[in-house]
Amino acid sequence: METALAFLIGLLVAAAIYLMLARSILRFLFGLLLLSNAANLVIFASGRLTAGAPPLIPEGADAPVGFVANALPQALVLTAIVIGFGLFAFALVLVFRAYSELGTLESDDMRIAEPREPAE
Amino acid sequence: MAGSSEHHGTDWSVGAFLPAVLPALLFVWAAGYLPLIASGEVARPVLDWVPSLGIALSFLIDGLSLTFTLLITGIGTLVMLYAGQYMSGHKHYVRFMSYLTAFMLSMLGLVLADNLIALFVFWELTTITSYLLIGFDHATAKSRRSALQALLLTGTGALAMLAGFILIGTVAGTFELSEILSQPGVLTEHPWYLAILLLILAGAFTKSAQFPFHFWLPNAMAAPTPVSAYLHSATMVKGGVYLLARLHPGLGGTDVWLWTLTIFGAITAVFASILALRQTDLKQVLAYTTLMALGTLTLFLAFDDSVAITAAVTFLIIHSLYKACLFLVAGIIDHGTGTREVSRLRGLARAMPITTAAAALAALSMAGFPPFFGFIGKELMYKGGTEAMHAPIFVTAAALAANALMVAAAAIVAFRPFWGRGEAETEPGVTPHEAAWPMWIGPAILGLGGLVLGLAPILAAPLVNATVAAILPGGEGYELKLWHGVNLALMLSLATFALGFLIYAFSDRLRAGLAALEARNPIHFDNGWDHVIDGVKAFAGWQTRVIQSGALRVYLRITFVTLFLAIGGTIFAFGAFDVSVVFPNLLVKQWAVILLIVAGTALVVLTRSRITAIAGLGVVGIGVALIFIIYGAPDVAITQLLVETLVVVLVAVVLLRLPYLYPEGKVIHRKFDALLALALGAGTTMILLMVNAGPLDRRLTTFFEQASWPEAYGRNIVNVILVDFRALDTFGEIAVVLVAALSAFVLLKGMKREKAE
Amino acid sequence: MNSLILMAGSRILVALLVVFSIFMLLRGHNEPGGGFIGGLIGAVGFVIYAISCGTASAREALRLTPETIAAVGLGVALFGGLMAAFTGDAFFTGQWLFIGETEDDKGLPLSSVLVFDVGVYLVVFGSILSLVFAMEEEI
Repeated sequence: METALAFLIGLLVAAAIYLMLARSILRFLFGLLLLSNAANLVIFASGRLTAGAPPLIPEGADAPVGFVANALPQALVLTAIVIGFGLFAFALVLVFRAYSELGTLESDDMRIAEPREPAE
Repeated sequence: MAGSSEHHGTDWSVGAFLPAVLPALLFVWAAGYLPLIASGEVARPVLDWVPSLGIALSFLIDGLSLTFTLLITGIGTLVMLYAGQYMSGHKHYVRFMSYLTAFMLSMLGLVLADNLIALFVFWELTTITSYLLIGFDHATAKSRRSALQALLLTGTGALAMLAGFILIGTVAGTFELSEILSQPGVLTEHPWYLAILLLILAGAFTKSAQFPFHFWLPNAMAAPTPVSAYLHSATMVKGGVYLLARLHPGLGGTDVWLWTLTIFGAITAVFASILALRQTDLKQVLAYTTLMALGTLTLFLAFDDSVAITAAVTFLIIHSLYKACLFLVAGIIDHGTGTREVSRLRGLARAMPITTAAAALAALSMAGFPPFFGFIGKELMYKGGTEAMHAPIFVTAAALAANALMVAAAAIVAFRPFWGRGEAETEPGVTPHEAAWPMWIGPAILGLGGLVLGLAPILAAPLVNATVAAILPGGEGYELKLWHGVNLALMLSLATFALGFLIYAFSDRLRAGLAALEARNPIHFDNGWDHVIDGVKAFAGWQTRVIQSGALRVYLRITFVTLFLAIGGTIFAFGAFDVSVVFPNLLVKQWAVILLIVAGTALVVLTRSRITAIAGLGVVGIGVALIFIIYGAPDVAITQLLVETLVVVLVAVVLLRLPYLYPEGKVIHRKFDALLALALGAGTTMILLMVNAGPLDRRLTTFFEQASWPEAYGRNIVNVILVDFRALDTFGEIAVVLVAALSAFVLLKGMKREKAE
Repeated sequence: MNSLILMAGSRILVALLVVFSIFMLLRGHNEPGGGFIGGLIGAVGFVIYAISCGTASAREALRLTPETIAAVGLGVALFGGLMAAFTGDAFFTGQWLFIGETEDDKGLPLSSVLVFDVGVYLVVFGSILSLVFAMEEEI
C-alpha cells in the first residue's frame, strides 16, 4: 500500500500545483487544499502504514500490546490538519477581500503593490 | 578645519580633557601587566556572560595583545587630548568624542579577545565606528562615499574572515584562540587549510589595506585628522596585521603563507611608497606611507625566524609612534596655516617651534637615522631580509626600495614645510602660529618616544621579546641595540640614505612624471570600485524586476521550479536508492479509497462548476480520512472529517458570492505548467518511494510508547504526545490558529468599516 | 434559513454536540479524542446553530465573544504549561494529582496536562467560531 500511496500522493501534488499555477485565485485555493492533504499523507506514509491497531495502551498494560501504528506522525499530522485549516480559512478570506476591493479573481490583474511596467 | 582655527587656545574646558581620562586609566591598567608579561607569563581573565549557555567573554593578555593595548590606550590618550582642542567648538563635538571612545573600546576588545567569535564582533565594531568617523563630515559627498567604501570593503572581507573562523572552529573543535594555537599543525595539516587561509587573508588584507584593496585607506583621509592619526595609521588598520601575527603560530610556516604574504606585502610596500611621492596633500602623503608600513609588516610576518619577526614587532611600535605624531603635526599645520598642500608650505619653523621639533624627531625616526628607534628597526629589517631563508634578495630589495622612499617622504612632510626656503602661502587672513599645548603635547611625546627608545632600547626589549614569543612559540626576540658593528645591514642603511636623498632632490620632477604616467594609466582601482558598485546595483535592479514581477503566477513558478531543481538536483547528485516498484496487491477497500481520491482530484481539476469543485474537494478529504481510519489513526481521521466539514461550509459561504470560474484554457496552452506539475508530482513519488525503501528509525516512537503510561499516565499515545511530550509545540500551533483566525476576522470586519465610511 | 424543523432541531443538536465535545475532550488522554477534536466538534455544533438560527442568536447563546474564548484558551494553555514552575520542573512538564489513590486504582486524576488540553479546546473552538461568525455576518 505504501507504493500505491506514493503514486497517489504524486498525483495529488501534480494536481495541486497545476491548480495553483492557474490564473484564477479560486483554483489556487483549491490547489492549496489538495497540497495540504498531500503533505499530510506524505508525513503519515513516511511513518509506515500499519493496518488496524491504533496507538492505544489497553487497560492494565504499561505499553501497547503487539505492534501498533506509529504514533509520532499521527500527532504531527493532527496539528498540521488544524493549522492547514487556519491557513486555508485565512487565504479564503483574503481572496474574498481582494475580490471585493479589486473586482477580479485573476491574479494577473491584481497589481496594486507592483503595477505593470509602462513598457508592457 | 581651517574655519575653526580661531577657536585655538581660547575656549578649552573640562570637556576637552574628559575624554582623555578613560584611555589614560586603561593605559595605566595595561601597564600593570608589564611585569607579568615580561616574565613570560600570559593572563586569561574570563568574564562569565551567559554561563548556562557556556558563553563567556574570555580575554588573552600576552605580549602581542599587550603591545597593541599599550599603543591603543597610549596613543588614544594623546589623540583624545589633541582632539579635545582640535574639535573644540564643533557642534557635534560630543558625538565625535563618543565615536572615538567607542572605537577605542572596540579595538581593545579586538586585540584582547581570546574567542574568535568575540574577536569578529569587535572587529566589525571597529569597522562600524570607522565608518561613522570617516563619514563624520556627512554633509560632503566625498566623505560619505569614502565611508561607505571603507565599510563595504572591510565588511565584505570580515564576512570572509568569519567563514574562515567558523572553519577553524570546526577543525580545531574550539573557538578559543589560546586552545587553537596550542595544537600545532592542527590547521596547517588539515585539508581545509588553504580555504581557511584564503578566507582569513581576505579579512586581514582588506582591513590592513593590502594591494589590491589599498585604495580605501587614502580615501579614508576624509575623516578629521585625529581620526586619521588614530584609526587609519596607528591602530585600526593594524588590525589585519594583528590578526596575521595572532594566527601566525596556527596558520604560518607553510609555503602558501610565506609566498602570499611576501608577494602581497612587497607589492603593497613598494607600490604605495611610489604613490606617496605622487601626492601633494600632506595627509595623502602620510596615508600612502602608512600603506607602505602595512605592506612591510605583512612582508616580515611571512617568515618564521626570530629576526624577521623581531623586525616586524619593532617596526610596528616605531611606526605607530612616528606616524601618529606626523598626522597630528599635519593637523596642526592645517590649523595654523589653513592648508595642507605640500607645495605651499615653507619655513614654518619660526612660527611653530615646538611642532617643528616634534615633527623633526618623528621624521628622523621614520627615515631611520641613528640614534632613533627607527634606525634599530631598519637594521633589523635588513638583517631579517638578508638572512631570510627564501628569496633574501627580493625581500631585501623591497625593503630597501620602501625605506629609501620613506626617507624621501619623511623629508617631504617634515623637512620642507618647516625648513624649506621661502614663505608659506597660507590661507588669506591666517598667520602661521603655534598650536595650544593640548595639541602639541601629543606629537612631542610621540616624537621623543622614538628618540628615548632608540637610545635605551632596553626599555622596549621585554615587551618586544614577549610579543615575539607570542608570534613564534618558543622563539626569542633578537637583541635590540643601536650598534651592531659594521655589517651588511649598516651598509644597506647607508645606501638607503643616499638613495633617499637622491629621490628627495628629484621629488618635484618625479611627481610630475608620476602624474603624467597616472593620466595615461588605464587601471584605476578607485574607479574600478565604482564600476563594481554600479554593477551590483544594476544586477540587483535586474534580478528584482525578474524575480519580483508582481504577478502571483510568476512567483509560484519560480518557487516550484526551484523546488524541482532542489529535489531533482539532490537525487541526481546523490543517486536514487534502489527502488523496485512491484505492482501493489491491494484489497478491494484499498482500491476503492484510492479510486475515490483519484476521482475527486480529477473532478476538481477538470470542472468549471464551483459546486462540483467543492464536492470534489470533499471527496478527496473524505478519502484521506478513510486512509487514516484504515491505518490505525482514529484521532487523525476524526479531525480530518471535522475539518473537511468546516471547509465545505466556509467555501460554500464564500463561493456563492464570487463569480463563476472562467475557463483556464486547455492544458495544451499551459504545457509548461502541466509539465512542471507532473515533474514535481513524480519527484514527490520518488522521494516517498526512497523513504519507504530505507530503514525506519522508530526510537522516538518506541520511547513514546514505553513512557506514555508509566510517566505521563495516558493511554492514548497520540494525545499524550500532543499535550505532554510535545506540549510546547502544540502551544505554538494553537497560537498560530488563533492568529490566523484573528487576522481573517480583522480582514472581514475592516471591510465593513470601509464600506460604512 | 428559516426552516422551523431545523431551528428546533439545531437547539437540541447544539446541546448534544457540546456535551459530546466535552466528553471527547475529557476522555482524550486515554481514548481517541482530545482538545483539538473536542474543540472542532463543539465548533461544528455552534456553526450549525448559527446557520439555522442566525449568528445573532448563536452569539447570544455563547455569551462571550468567540475571540475572547480563544484568547482565554491560549492563556489557559499557557497557565497549564507554567504550572510546572511551582514545583521547579521545566516548563510544560505534566503535573499530576491523584485524588483517592489506592494500590490498584489511580483514583480521580487531575493534571496540568488536562488544563493544557482545555486551553487547546477553547482556542480551536473560539478561533473557528470567530471566523465562521465573521464570515456569516460580513459576506
